[in-house]
Amino acid sequence: SLRSVSVWGVGGRVEMTVSKFMAIQQALQPDWFQCLSDGEASCEETTSMKRARKSVDRSLLFLDNCLRLQEESEVLQKSVIIGVIEGGDVMEERLRSARETAKRPVGGFLLDGFQGNPTTLDTRLHLLSSVTAELPEDKPRLVSGVSRPDEVLECIERGVDLFESFFPYQVTERGCALTFSFDYQPNPEETLLQQNGTQEEIKCVDQIKKIKTTGCNQEMTSFEINLKEKKYQEDFNPLVRECSCYCCKNHTRAYIHHLLVTNELLAGVLLMMHNFEHYFGFFHSIREALKSDRLAQLKELIHKQVS
Amino acid sequence: MAATASPASLDSAPRIMRLVAECSRSRARAGELRLPHGLVATPVFMPVGTQATMKGITAEQLDALGCRICLGNTYHLGLRPGPELIQKAHGLHGFMNWPHNLLTDSGGFQMVSLVSLSEVTEEGVRFRSPYDGDETLLSPEKSVQIQNALGSDIIMQLDDVVSSTVTGPRVEEAMYRSIRWLDRCIAAHRQPDKQNLFAIIQGGLDADLRATCLEEMTKRDVPGFAIGGLSGGESKAQFWKMVALSTSRLPKDKPRYLMGVGYATDLVVCVALGCDMFDCVFPTRTARFGSALVPTGNLQLKKKLFEKDFGPIDPECTCPTCQKHSRAFLHALLHSDNTAALHHLTVHNIAYQLQLMSAMRASIVEKRFPEFVRSFMGTMYGDPTLCPTWATEALASVGITLD
Repeated sequence: SLRSVSVWGVGGRVEMTVSKFMAIQQALQPDWFQCLSDGEASCEETTSMKRARKSVDRSLLFLDNCLRLQEESEVLQKSVIIGVIEGGDVMEERLRSARETAKRPVGGFLLDGFQGNPTTLDTRLHLLSSVTAELPEDKPRLVSGVSRPDEVLECIERGVDLFESFFPYQVTERGCALTFSFDYQPNPEETLLQQNGTQEEIKCVDQIKKIKTTGCNQEMTSFEINLKEKKYQEDFNPLVRECSCYCCKNHTRAYIHHLLVTNELLAGVLLMMHNFEHYFGFFHSIREALKSDRLAQLKELIHKQVS
Repeated sequence: MAATASPASLDSAPRIMRLVAECSRSRARAGELRLPHGLVATPVFMPVGTQATMKGITAEQLDALGCRICLGNTYHLGLRPGPELIQKAHGLHGFMNWPHNLLTDSGGFQMVSLVSLSEVTEEGVRFRSPYDGDETLLSPEKSVQIQNALGSDIIMQLDDVVSSTVTGPRVEEAMYRSIRWLDRCIAAHRQPDKQNLFAIIQGGLDADLRATCLEEMTKRDVPGFAIGGLSGGESKAQFWKMVALSTSRLPKDKPRYLMGVGYATDLVVCVALGCDMFDCVFPTRTARFGSALVPTGNLQLKKKLFEKDFGPIDPECTCPTCQKHSRAFLHALLHSDNTAALHHLTVHNIAYQLQLMSAMRASIVEKRFPEFVRSFMGTMYGDPTLCPTWATEALASVGITLD
């Protein structure tokens, strides 16, 4: 509707109006917050011109109203609004959304509608580049729903700065550990060890395994290993050699395997610690690669590991 | 049927317990266990980490709470991952990376808890595995063999366990068999210098049977004794009498381990009756139901009354959960699909138990244990005189009055 967005939560449906939304922000007092927007266009497979236009218009209206309420709120003076770029698949509308949102005093931009399955992102990469080209250089760009290492790199190349880290969480939920390499400058000894097969993570995996887990019907990727597999039963190595997370410093693959097989809560605790550390390590290497202009090398390394 | 009094094949077993202080009124003692993986102050509560893990909390967290000994379960670990694998991993300590002490039970208790899957003969206990239907025979020799592979600091004899609600000839049979099985365990034990084998006193709720068992088992020179077969469905009145009988006949210079006891009141009373070591799944299990242990009982944090309660679980508690989080926050977590609250509560409940034991120990050392007991009961029940009858009687039997 014009005045609100329907949100479904624990208690049922909520009509989220601008005033309700801003009242929540006043209570939360966040450092940054994503503005209320109309992302319905992005949920559909193909968007009509009319629907895309509506999503842009409404989102700008929400933004202006939220900005006005923020100005009137003492408590929210230190908080920063992130403007949301909408417009579905319609290039014209995406550009309009970007240009108009950029005119407002927002602290950053969230590019909505690029989430979904891997093909979704692929077909929208061109759209992504066009959108970021319209945005000021000195304000951060966030994208929601993109978290896989290969997809992250595609977005970074097209001007995105911030990502959500739900990928390591999904990996944990399916009892897996991230093991992909992001060391695009390995020392010769390490390369030799890898070539000798000590670390199988570098090898390309031919099959994608389907694993059903609670609420996480995502397929396992080639960036990870599945600790439930019998071959880890007697593997006394850490998840990833040279990883300095608590799990790798203190425990073995065999132990994690045992915890998973016996349905122990500690499995998730240890895997999450590792998966976050590994994922954040990946981002550290991205930053280093960007600084030394070696992103292409990192990208090549990551792509070698995509099955 | 008389028990064959075969002499212990061990030379005089090491004295692993050093008494530091004794209460001049009751039978309470403060001591120190000298175990292969370090010292343990007694009285001590040992959290139960059945399958080589403490229900979601890390070894580092457990260490930080001051835990220096915890339990592993031979029956479960014997099935998964199995003794051969654990031996390859440098024992249970190596497998779970726990630097302090471990006590493994023999697998005997599962005879009671999984009774539909088991059958007892003189040979041992025949179990049908719930995972693959395979049959295993857990004999005294096999139990000790598995525990030898696990490498725990204290190992328990395989005993013939009957539920405390069982009466009749089965109780007597089980008692005498436990003595014979103790001797078989002693004979089978390969590492007496590295692992301390404890006997387990049986006899159910029958004073004569228990007395016989005590007399016979104390002839065997083992490093410590457990009081078993209690903490089932028996009445508290019967329970405390059996505990008191047992401690009155057990040697002073060896530790007394009361199995399966963990409610705060029970711990206080049984320390007064002369017990040194305790284990129970209660604190960790109740945490996973959203219940936090406090000096006045427990807080059911899922309840609406905690929705806006921004204080910690216990303002006096020094655990990380109470340092960082409010009841309101934990309440909200308990109503989400996130398991985080369970971890926070497990940490707190273990801390509560360990802090209770520390406080008791300090009061014994400082010669004010009876005052501690009165104060504890007052806080727990509103007034010391409102303490349950069985506890009042038990305490009175060892010289502690509550009025």
